Amino acid sequence: MRVVVDGVSKTFRDKKGKEVTALSQIDFAINKEEFVVLVGPSGCGKSTLLNIVGGLLSPTEGGVYFEGLSAKQDDPRLGIVFQEIALFPWRTVIDNIAFGLEEMGVGKKERLEKAKVYLDMVGLTGFEQAYPKQLSGGMRQRAGIARALAIEPDLLLMDEPFSALDAQTRTLMQEELLTIWSRTRLSTLYVTHNISEAVYLADRVVVLSRHPGRIKEIIPIDLPKAGRDSEEFRVPFDDYVKQIWNLIRQEAEDALKEG
Amino acid sequence: MAEPSKKYIKNKVAFLETKVPGYASLLGIAVILLLWELICRLEWVSPLFLPAPTAILTTGWEMITQGDLLQNVGASLYRIVLGFLLGASVGIAIGLALGFSRWAEAIGSPIVYSLYTIPKIALLPLIVLWLGIGELPKITIIALGVFFPVVINTYSGVKNVDAILIKAAVSFGASHMSVIRKVILPGALPVIFAGLKLAAGTSLLLLVAAEMIAAKQGIGSMVLHYGNLMLTTKLMVGVVVLSLLGLLFNRGLQWLENRLLPWK
Ligand SMILES: Nc1ncnc2c1ncn2[C@@H]1O[C@H](COP(=O)(O)OP(=O)(O)OP(=O)(O)O)[C@@H](O)[C@H]1O
Ligand SMILES: [Mg+2]
Repeated sequence: MRVVVDGVSKTFRDKKGKEVTALSQIDFAINKEEFVVLVGPSGCGKSTLLNIVGGLLSPTEGGVYFEGLSAKQDDPRLGIVFQEIALFPWRTVIDNIAFGLEEMGVGKKERLEKAKVYLDMVGLTGFEQAYPKQLSGGMRQRAGIARALAIEPDLLLMDEPFSALDAQTRTLMQEELLTIWSRTRLSTLYVTHNISEAVYLADRVVVLSRHPGRIKEIIPIDLPKAGRDSEEFRVPFDDYVKQIWNLIRQEAEDALKEG
Repeated sequence: MAEPSKKYIKNKVAFLETKVPGYASLLGIAVILLLWELICRLEWVSPLFLPAPTAILTTGWEMITQGDLLQNVGASLYRIVLGFLLGASVGIAIGLALGFSRWAEAIGSPIVYSLYTIPKIALLPLIVLWLGIGELPKITIIALGVFFPVVINTYSGVKNVDAILIKAAVSFGASHMSVIRKVILPGALPVIFAGLKLAAGTSLLLLVAAEMIAAKQGIGSMVLHYGNLMLTTKLMVGVVVLSLLGLLFNRGLQWLENRLLPWK
């Protein structure tokens, strides 16, 4: 199975009729069991691209398709983890996690059992009956991740899932995400601002440029998935970070000046 | 060397968290009732204008045991409950449609907003003309009065549901029906309840008005009847019953809200 982003462009038209080209001719693919990370300066169209892949926005040109899904399956399953988390405030944690399964028509008993597995996986054991309001930011995002994992998606999409978290929680969540990912090995498209996070998680990093958003470079991270942050790989790790940072730097500075 | 004196920091916003004992909410009412009783006992005003609370209470008891107070209350309850349920359910359904479908919104909202501002009480004679003087016109006018605040609140409640939640639901495969039932309705429910509470007041007003215009039974006609006969104490019983009804209504809605919105 492969997800192909094929010549995607997106032009927004604001109320005054002014056109903004957010994305221009984006071509890349996400392979089976591959973790692809999108990085780029603010406003380069990362969220736009993720929304298009997630079926929440129509591209102006081009399209996104899945290759090699079994013929029986009609629609590819997508699990999205939102930056805004977007848990349903009126549902308990377990019911939030079970939401996708409910919509798939899975029976109550089975879906609660499944939801429980993923609830435990993200470390929320004991919070089944809590409402989102009663959780901390990190716990909420875990619940959001569990909700996306529970449907066993063909593609997992995550838009800056940890950007609202403090630095310590963020580091822990990155480690946990890697552990979970090693278990599930889902094809993943992940958006982040944070370059070390990208190098830490990615099989390949797609660097986008701005105005319009184009692919500047695709960088395979040639390091073992586990233990990338260990002393042994510090030098190559830092080289990757530097390489990506140099690609983004100029534009990030421009973005800052424009406000 | 002298010991330095300690200055503790005080919580300057403690007043925001002041605890109030349970009896406080009865305190104001109790004081008013006492003063009222006193004024009557001292005969500062004639009982024809203002009967004492104790007199109202005993008269009320007599009207329950020997008179037809309960039948009157029953008739009024029947009308208001039916009218309220009818107006509220139609209001919620149409409000959801207006908020969810762009077509329904474009067609329906000008109609709703142009009718909304008509004081419903002004329609009463017309409705009596159309539907006669039975139960139907009374239930209709109450339903109408309830419908508008509910439809408008439901509509704006739906509009205020966070778009990201709808996107989340759709991305997990929710159908349109599912989105309405599992996201839009619960998301709009707090605002819908605000509308229902608003409508509770309106419904009482219209109930009494409708019963005063044309009814043999009901609290409204009872109040008017005793007013004409200058039986002030009995009239006041009706007024007290109305205020209790309002209180009951409000508490009932509050209870339902707490049950339905445990996540708030
Ligand atoms: N709904 C919209 N209408 C008009 N313009 C939009 C809309 N959404 C995004 N844009 C524009 O498209 C460009 C890309 O936006 P997008 O949100 O995808 O950026 P991003 O890379 O996710 O940024 P950030 O890192 O800050 O989240 C921006 O210039 C933005 O102003
Ligand atoms: Mg973004």
